[in-house]
Amino acid sequence: MKKTGAQIVWECLVREGVKTIFGYPGGAILPTYDAMLDYPIHHVLVRHEQGATHMADGYARASGKVGAAIATSGPGATNMVTGIATAMMDSSPIVCITGQVGSKAIGSDAFQETDVTGVTLPITKHNYLVTRAEDIARTIREAFYIAASGRPGPVLVDITKDAQQGTCDFDWDAAAPQLPGYRPNLRALPEEFQKALDLINNAKRPLILAGHGIMMSGARKQVLEFAERAQVPIAMTLLGLGAIPASHPLNLGMMGMHGEAWVNNAIQQADLLLAFGMRFDDRVTGNIKTYALNAKKIHIEIDPSEINKSVKVDVGIVGDLRETLEELLPGVKAADHSEWIDYINEMKGDSAVRDIQSLPDTGHLYAAHVINDIWHYTSGKAIVVSDVGQHQMWEAQYYKHDDERSLITSGGLGTMGFALPAAIGAKFACPDKEVWVVAGDGGFQMTMAELATIAQENLKINVAIINNGYLGMVRQWQEFFYEKRYAATPMLSPDFVKLAEAFDIKGMRVTKRSEVQAAVEEARAHPGTVVMDFRVEQEDSVFPMVPAGADLHAMIRRPKRDVMAETGADEGEWDLGATK
Amino acid sequence: MAKHIFVSYVEDKPGVLNRVASLFRRRAFNIESLTVGHTEQGGVSRMTIVVDADEMTARRIEANLYKLVNVLRVDDVTNQPSVVRDLALIKVAVTSTNRTEVMQLADVFRARIVDVTNESLIIEITGAEDKIEGLIEVLRPFGIIEMVRTGLVAMSRGASSVSPNPPLVAAALPEGAPAQLDPAVAMSV
Repeated sequence: MKKTGAQIVWECLVREGVKTIFGYPGGAILPTYDAMLDYPIHHVLVRHEQGATHMADGYARASGKVGAAIATSGPGATNMVTGIATAMMDSSPIVCITGQVGSKAIGSDAFQETDVTGVTLPITKHNYLVTRAEDIARTIREAFYIAASGRPGPVLVDITKDAQQGTCDFDWDAAAPQLPGYRPNLRALPEEFQKALDLINNAKRPLILAGHGIMMSGARKQVLEFAERAQVPIAMTLLGLGAIPASHPLNLGMMGMHGEAWVNNAIQQADLLLAFGMRFDDRVTGNIKTYALNAKKIHIEIDPSEINKSVKVDVGIVGDLRETLEELLPGVKAADHSEWIDYINEMKGDSAVRDIQSLPDTGHLYAAHVINDIWHYTSGKAIVVSDVGQHQMWEAQYYKHDDERSLITSGGLGTMGFALPAAIGAKFACPDKEVWVVAGDGGFQMTMAELATIAQENLKINVAIINNGYLGMVRQWQEFFYEKRYAATPMLSPDFVKLAEAFDIKGMRVTKRSEVQAAVEEARAHPGTVVMDFRVEQEDSVFPMVPAGADLHAMIRRPKRDVMAETGADEGEWDLGATK
Repeated sequence: MAKHIFVSYVEDKPGVLNRVASLFRRRAFNIESLTVGHTEQGGVSRMTIVVDADEMTARRIEANLYKLVNVLRVDDVTNQPSVVRDLALIKVAVTSTNRTEVMQLADVFRARIVDVTNESLIIEITGAEDKIEGLIEVLRPFGIIEMVRTGLVAMSRGASSVSPNPPLVAAALPEGAPAQLDPAVAMSV
């Protein structure tokens, strides 16, 4: 059957299961947009192509399916770069389709020409430049296969305008992927399993480090079976949150720079670390030279290049986590590590009394209170999409995620502006779920134009802006490490309530702890999107904290008393923009 | 740090050399030389990549090369019996009085004279790196006008081919994996 290249693009996307695509039209992609009207795919018009990639990313993370984004050549494609890099760092499967100038014009510096495959080479799992209609079908099939298989990641397909306009036979079956060098499904050899089992069955103080890979592999059941049988406590990475229910008795909580003290101390004192689908990021290890020196390490990881990358391990098992655990489980013996677990719980007790949540209401509104209330009144069942900064860490600490894929956040790249567009993608993936954005005043302003997308698509998302008038995390570092020299961190924001209203979206402002519950309930009951401006303590800091590069056990602990009350900070007017 | 020699088979497609070079730049691997050329098979190119790396880094390089979709196979031939060759063209300044001396030196190194003018000779030499270094050293006093070297090419000895899997992870393809994923099958080696 003869089809144009543009029609083939949509034929393939439909067959790959794409229902929603996020994009922005332009000259070099116009033939494809023209053909779009004849296919059953919902196109979401974004306000900036960065938003399109974050939406595809949020869609992928919420659903586990490949997200799709489309843009034109040149600036359309370069605007996608941040979103692609974000997806790359967090192994999120997305396929980005970009238009390219005609193949004859390539290399001539034509209008809106950019070497997009060159630009995105280091931030994609793989990318393609397609110059003939005949190659489109196979390329798109390969793109989806590569994006979703093995360690997932973003794939970009750059299609020249003449390839979109050209005509050729379309044969789906004949266009099967041909990837002789691509091997996403490596498996470890049996002797590695035996080495691992010897360590596991002889450990006295074992600890599981649970990462994002558990969700991507669908290994929750196997990890829990492993942990429960061998009685191994579990520490979570940021992107792992939700992979194991927060309420599970063996789940200790988050590790790393802003992880809980008892978790980091447990890592430093463990005699066996079982790294399940995580990659020993520097935000998780602290100083690598003093990291977990007492522990043997077993790393189960689908990407061979991650093994021994930053932490030298004793046993590296390459493979899909679920399949690997299925193979390991028959050899894992039941064990009793109650002494070790009790010891960790003792450490926990000490830290818990420092928790800001146990403080009485002194009239101060803390981000932690806001997030704790959102968790409480949503029964922990919402999908929370957090941005990057202090609020992201408080979200991770105070929203207890029981469900997989219920926390969506930019972990590896730390992309401010991620939350709002990613939440739009998550809402399209899970229209029946309650979706919350938790963002800072800084990050929110980076992509707030996507409120227009929300309005146009008539979506219901609850947006909580944790507004402290500062770029809070940077301010915190300046307070701790730069003598409170607040260079470029005080930030004047628009009136977020009025801003929301300009988009025909409900806006609310909350300044007191006693008002949080009513506000959260009102927002949930409202049929449309609500933007909530939570005016929180301006100079609050995230604790505990492992300073960058410091030893994991060298934490700055939570102060024992209310910081603001102690320092006598101003209780009066909230100072919008300390720039005045 | 030590020298590691990788032989890599890659798909002969546009941009593959760029992908490999970009990987080394991006991961800050120290590349000493990279050569690329056709193989006995259509559609497959062969690269010889020499890097300065410790053992752990060498294993990471190997694993990262395997991550590239267009890379079919990687062999670290550093510690295998192998034939390693470099080719150099050296243009040396000569006069009528010392020309014969230079030609005799070239002869000692089994190099060939491939161009002669009144003021210069071009000497072609093939061999292991130390042999070429030796010739360069004895030619230097005469005045080297210009020199070009290809970088190493390498091939392991014997009839057998090497395992298509990165040995660092002791991993293998699962049984019943689709044949198209197996480079050994794809390349009929």
